Amino acid sequence: MTLLFGALSVGLILSLLSLGVLVSYRLFGIPDITADGTITLGASVTAVCCMHGIDPFVATGLGTAAGAVAGSLTGILHTRFKINALLSGILMMTALYSVNLRVMGSSNLPLMQYKTLASMGEGRWRRLLGEEGVLLLGWKVSAGEVALLIGVVVIVALVGLALYRFFRSHLGIAMIATGNNAQMVRALGGNVERNIVIGLALSNGLIALGGSLLAQYQGFADVQMGIGMIIWGLASVIIGEALTGSSTLGMRLIGAVIGSVVFRLLVAIALRWGLNPNDLKLITAVFVFLALVLPAYFRRKRRRMAPSAPAPAEKAEPVGS
Amino acid sequence: MLQLTRLHQTFHPGTPSEVRALSGLDLHIAPGAFVIVLGMNGSGKSTLMNAIAGSFIPDEGEVVLDRQEITHWPEHQRAGMIGRVFQNPFSGTAPDLSILENFALASRRGRSRGLEFALSRTLREEVAERVRGLNMKLEERLDTPIGTLSGGQRQALTLLMATWIKPKLLLLDEHTAALDPKTAAQIIEISCERIERDRLTTLMVTHSMEQALELGDRLVMMHRGRIAYDFSREEKTGLSRTDLLRLFDQARACD
Repeated sequence: MTLLFGALSVGLILSLLSLGVLVSYRLFGIPDITADGTITLGASVTAVCCMHGIDPFVATGLGTAAGAVAGSLTGILHTRFKINALLSGILMMTALYSVNLRVMGSSNLPLMQYKTLASMGEGRWRRLLGEEGVLLLGWKVSAGEVALLIGVVVIVALVGLALYRFFRSHLGIAMIATGNNAQMVRALGGNVERNIVIGLALSNGLIALGGSLLAQYQGFADVQMGIGMIIWGLASVIIGEALTGSSTLGMRLIGAVIGSVVFRLLVAIALRWGLNPNDLKLITAVFVFLALVLPAYFRRKRRRMAPSAPAPAEKAEPVGS
Repeated sequence: MLQLTRLHQTFHPGTPSEVRALSGLDLHIAPGAFVIVLGMNGSGKSTLMNAIAGSFIPDEGEVVLDRQEITHWPEHQRAGMIGRVFQNPFSGTAPDLSILENFALASRRGRSRGLEFALSRTLREEVAERVRGLNMKLEERLDTPIGTLSGGQRQALTLLMATWIKPKLLLLDEHTAALDPKTAAQIIEISCERIERDRLTTLMVTHSMEQALELGDRLVMMHRGRIAYDFSREEKTGLSRTDLLRLFDQARACD
């Protein structure tokens, strides 16, 4: 049960990462590897703030803001200096590694004895439910774990709602259109470059928030914690799309969250069965590879079996109404 | 309304693929005029459109729109004054967004886009009202992604979007060339209806001699990056298809 609660909480926290990847990769088509740096940046900024006795809410906000700044710098490298999007992300990720070490002053910061969102939540609920915890479906669960899970659910729900509302505003719609058809956005007076910068800031802000919460949840920030995270996010987004199978905005957001939780649960189960944690990133990478390649492979195979199947609609050929 | 003065544009200068797309083009368009631009491939029609829309900054010359010098304005800034429909029916709409969301985008052409809710009831009603005028039954499908519609439907919607806020200048860039003849005729009809109703100053590029002779109140023929012939409405009515072909041959013979 503890395992389940842990996996659920971490999965939900990392769903902020998959929401961020959804924005950068699915909306803009940019595999923004800045994510690897910003998740740690969110964690390190929040950790240092908490150590200095800054209110945990403010600390979390600062971590998120730092991520947004890093994301907008990636966007500026890409749009203003015309550096390839992937390379812009790699540059920022590399630079952030040093920045994170500077911020933390060491490669690992323990947070156990400081006041964080996690310790605040746990404390409050322990007072409410009593020290020994509660019975849930016949299982004994500590009050702290329940508190953390509920807190994370609330935060993710709020962020999800805010994102949904944002993408139905004039600015949000212009951002989706920017990834869809930049030429059209320009013709309608939208500033494509600015939209990409804002989009990457939003994406990395979400990811840094995820990093910030993760550090507070697990009780430490580590300079290595971001490595390979972009692939985690991608895997979650892909699982989410497979599960919801829908392209409406709401379902895409929900899919990213569910995908992240499911992925985390799968990983927890695999580790429980004796998977070597060192192999985890290799397996994740192979999984993402298959998820990227297989759909196209099956589509081609199906088309070969049914040669009269209609061609994809998106082609610049004469089309009737 | 639009004043182009001695526009020059050379692509890839100093390389084997050097193209002199515009060479000293002058064009003045009066407010409310509906001008047809006709020309062979490579005569500079598209470059002319792109120079007006701001897709590139010309090497030399001046672009003045509504008494404002806009030569160095970026494309998105000019878009506040210019409505544009592209040749490719898929260029003018965002496929993943619904019809309504696409119109929400168009409703802010040239204006700031903030965080306020974009899909208000008033917008929905207004879009339904105007889309009904197309007689394509699209008013019932305002929430479907626009990418699921046909090219003709998308081009018709692009036209409505480009003129949603009355533009000072409407650019139609061979906007029926990629459509089948029946759909093309339908789009032309919608275009003329929009242009007449709002008295839009319009520049329409076309390959089609028929369109060039039937539509508009002025016809300019481009050749080698400049205006070779310029016919007023009166002069235009006397022209035939063979006249136009003969003029093209003449222009080519002068090279």
